[in-house]
Formats: sequence, structure tokens, C-alpha cells
Amino acid sequence: MSLSSTAEVARPSAGRHTLGLFRSELRLVFGRARTQAGLGVLAAVPLLIGIAIRLSGPEGGEGFLGQVAGNGLFLIVASLGLSLPFFLPTAVTVVSGESLAGESSLGTLRTMLTAPAGRSRLLAAKMVALAVFCLAATMTIWVSGLIVGFVLFPVGDVLLLSGTTVSLAEGLLRALGIAVVISLSLLGLAGIGLFVSSLTSTPLAAMAATFGAFIVLGILTAIPQLHAIHPWVLMYRWSSFADLLRDPPYWNEIGKNLLLQGGYLAVFYAAAWARLTSRDIT
Amino acid sequence: MSAAQEPPPAPAPALPIVTRGLTKRFRGGQVAVDQVDLEVPAGSVFGFLGPNGSGKTTTIRMLLGLITPTSGSVELLGEAMPKAQLKVLPRVGALVEGPAFYPFWTGQANLLRFDAADRTADPRTRKARAAEALERVGLSNAAGKKVRAYSLGMRQRLAIAVALMQRRDLLVLDEPTNGLDPQGTREVRNLIRELASDGTTVFTSTHLLAEVEQVCTHAAVMSRGKLVRQSTVAELRAELRPRLIVRTPDLAQAAETLTNLGATDLKTTQETVEGDAGDLPIDKFAAALVAADVRIHGFGLERPSLEDAFVALTGEGFDVAE
Repeated sequence: MSLSSTAEVARPSAGRHTLGLFRSELRLVFGRARTQAGLGVLAAVPLLIGIAIRLSGPEGGEGFLGQVAGNGLFLIVASLGLSLPFFLPTAVTVVSGESLAGESSLGTLRTMLTAPAGRSRLLAAKMVALAVFCLAATMTIWVSGLIVGFVLFPVGDVLLLSGTTVSLAEGLLRALGIAVVISLSLLGLAGIGLFVSSLTSTPLAAMAATFGAFIVLGILTAIPQLHAIHPWVLMYRWSSFADLLRDPPYWNEIGKNLLLQGGYLAVFYAAAWARLTSRDIT
Repeated sequence: MSAAQEPPPAPAPALPIVTRGLTKRFRGGQVAVDQVDLEVPAGSVFGFLGPNGSGKTTTIRMLLGLITPTSGSVELLGEAMPKAQLKVLPRVGALVEGPAFYPFWTGQANLLRFDAADRTADPRTRKARAAEALERVGLSNAAGKKVRAYSLGMRQRLAIAVALMQRRDLLVLDEPTNGLDPQGTREVRNLIRELASDGTTVFTSTHLLAEVEQVCTHAAVMSRGKLVRQSTVAELRAELRPRLIVRTPDLAQAAETLTNLGATDLKTTQETVEGDAGDLPIDKFAAALVAADVRIHGFGLERPSLEDAFVALTGEGFDVAE
């Protein structure tokens, strides 16, 4: 009997359908109630801030928060800025910790690999889905902030940090740029989460370990004696997103931040790859 | 084992599964699989037997490239594993160590995801193929139900459906009837027969020897990580010598008569005397017993089951081996 001829009969369109796995991966991440609940919480952040400012009257707090009452557009920026230290990293930790450890604990990793998905390709699909999640998370805040800001507060031309005023449209565009920069700022953490997730078959352990690493890095930035290593700590330049509100935008710090995120991502993605491609799947 | 003496595999008629000196030593030093040389002929239904913990699942995981052998090699459909896995595995349907699914998805959604992972699978026919696979395992009605609500038997069927999403040249099934009721077991057995008659080679591990006797053409037996036997089922059965059994109240007399005629390996129970009749036709024994005035309540030849052969080979029942 000729095995190869049967194979040809079986595969009339022996083409390459590479995108299927990536699409399926997105469905897996975004179809889960957990992910949707997380995005729901992020969408609530601008709403809560907006209502609080509305109730407390015009003389708000400092920074972007103080400007929200005068211009609803700043609700987007304030919400993104306030979500960055805690809410967004938490969401990224949960989704990235789940990514490989979740499949491993369900046993679906074996089925995916015998399908065959290919270990490198599966890892790439997981990382792409994580990156899309990071963007979706910040865009959720952007959209929610836009709606709540426009409903609850007056909107108009935007006064930038450097004192110049730009049109509302440009202000929105700059807020969009901030959302994108912040989602890119989360990629380093996503890389750490993916790596940790490749080490274990317990999603909860992966999430806890990733979050623990995040906390430790946060503590490092708070210790002045360690200033020598501060530029290398994951979140050291996270707040550089505000430089997009200068005229012209100040790219230096943002660039350094993105470079650092790229470095973290490269190192931990490579580690995850080394682990997944050599691991015995049981 | 004849496999060890043969020269390295000739390329021409590729055996669907060939392993050479396949060994897996776990980190603790425990040798789970020890120098296994498997040769699974094309078109066979190959029963892979062994007590729990004898290394069957570890062997299957190595066949499919899920774990790396400590030493030795695996060839699937003529290609070296795990190197050629992306090329070979689309032609292999696999069910490894129990059904594993996304419980929060429907049975159909699970099938679609596993199929999407395979680059060679055509997305245009995906849904139709999923419906067909579900139909074949009798899950059409449960296609839209979340897997969380499936019984173990239904999950097992769904796992088989994953393997049937494509036309395969080889099916590797680890305990395919685990958790199925007798009706389901019979259906799976028929399904395996049907697939085999289409030319698909089926490699299946199992606990149920009745299954092997009914569907398998070949069998291999593992014991404590080693392959202790590999042959056709017919050969295995032929080696089991039938035993002469005499049911009688006159035990001592019967035993004496049988011994005088050359019967060996005699065993006496409360009501029977049994032994190996050798090459002598059994009517001679009957005549001799009657002549010796032994009262005969029952008389005949009994062929030992494959289970007896299994126990003889592994030296143990099913659930031991630690």
C-alpha cells in the first residue's frame, strides 16, 4: 500500500493555513468569561473616576485628574495613568500566567502538539494573543474614558503640558498614542508571564509568581540605594507616556522605555522558547 | 525478539511505526521504557498491552514527539520523530492518555480549535469535517453542549472524534475504550474495524484482552518497561496449548489414568483433573477413563484465554507492576 498517495487524497488543499491557529488563540483568550470580566473592570475605571470627580466638584486633585473637570478628554489620560501601576499589570499577569500553564493543566497542550501546532508556532501564537490583549486592555480604557468623559464633562481644545493648545481631534490622537505606548509598556511583563507559565502546569502558581516578580521589581524602584540598577528595572520609565502631551512630543524617554520592554520581552520569550521546545509534555 | 537482529529499516515499504532501542529514563533515574523495538506493520490493528505502569503511555508519548527519548529512535510513517513531526503528525490521529478539552467550550468548538492548530487542515471544510467526526462517534446531539457537561464516556468519544477530523494513515489510541459503557465499547471496536478496513493502521493500547482478541491482528506486550512479546494475535493464541479437563468424583483414579497415557502438568481441584494432553487424541483418554471405571461428569478440551497468556508473559495480573 502506498501511504503517501492516501495522504494526497486526504489533503486536496495541501496549502498552509497558518493564521488559523492565531485566530483560534485570540478566541481562546477573548472568549473566556475571565478575560471579559477583566476588560469590564478596566472599562469601569474611567466611569468610577468620572463619577467621583463629578460628585466632588470642580476643584479636583493634581495632575491629569485635576484637569478632568475642565476637559473630559483628560479622563482618558487620567484613567490610563491610574490603571498602569496596578489594574493593567494584574490583567496581564492573569492572562499571561494562564497561557501555557492553563493548556498544560487541562491536558490540551498534548492535543495541540499532536495536532500538530508545532511548539515554536504555538508559543508565537500565545505571545501574539498576549500582545493583542495588552492593546485591547488599554483600548478598553481609552474608549470607556472617551464615552464617560464626553458625557460627564465639557470637552474642547486641549492644553498641553508645555503650555500650547491643540485641537480636540489632535488631543484624542495623542490620547490614542498614550494607549498604544502603555500597551507596549506591558509587553515586558507579558513576556515574564509567558516564561513563568511555561515552567508549570498550575496556572494559579504562574500568575502568583509573575505578580510576585512584578511586586519585587516595583520595590526595587522604590529603594534609592539601588539607583544604579533603576534604569534596568521593568517599570522605571513607565510614566514616560506623559511626554506625548508635550509640544512637540518628547520621544527620548518613551524610546528608552520601549527599548527596555523589547529587551525584557526578547530575553523572556527566548527563555520560554528554550523551555517549551525542550520540555517533556506529560 | 526478532526486531533487534534486523538491519536498519529499509526505505521501501515504510512500516507505520518503527522504534529502535527506545529508552526513557526519568530524572529520578527510573527507567520507564527500556530498549523497546516495535515494528507495526501497515494495515494492522496493533494491540499494545501491559499492566499499569509498564511504560505503554510513555512509549506512546515518545512515538508522538511529546517527550524526548533518552536514547533510541522512533520512525513514524517512514520519517524520523520528533524531527519530522510537523510533516508526519497531520497524517496521524492521536489520543494520548485520556481525553483533554477546554471545558468552557462546546464539543464542536474544541474540535475546531485542534483542527485549526494543524496547518495542513483546510479551514473551508473544517465545520463539515467536525460534524462528520461527531456523527461517527455518536455525539451529533451533544455537539453544541459545553464539554464541562459531558460524561467521561462522551469525552472519550470526543477525543476519538479529534483523531477522526482528517483521513489519517495511522491512528495512535491510548486506551480508547476507557470509561465507555459496554455499548460504547462495542461501537468503538466497530469503528476501529471500519477504519482498519479502509487501510488505516491502528495502534491501540488497552487493558481489555477481549478487545485484543476481537479486533487486533497484532499484539505486543510490555512488562516493567520492556517489550516482552511482539507477534500476530494468531501466533500468540496458537502457543496456548489446550488443556484436557475431566470432571469426576474419582479424582485419584482419573489422575492415574491420565498420567499413564502420558498427560503432563496435571492439576487436581475439588471436582476436576486437568492437564496437557500432549499429542494424543482425546478420545483415547476418554476410552481409557471409561475402561478404568472412572465416573465421568464432564470431559473436554479447553483453550486458555489470551489473558492466561498475558499473565504468563508479564508474570502478574493487570493492576500491579510498581
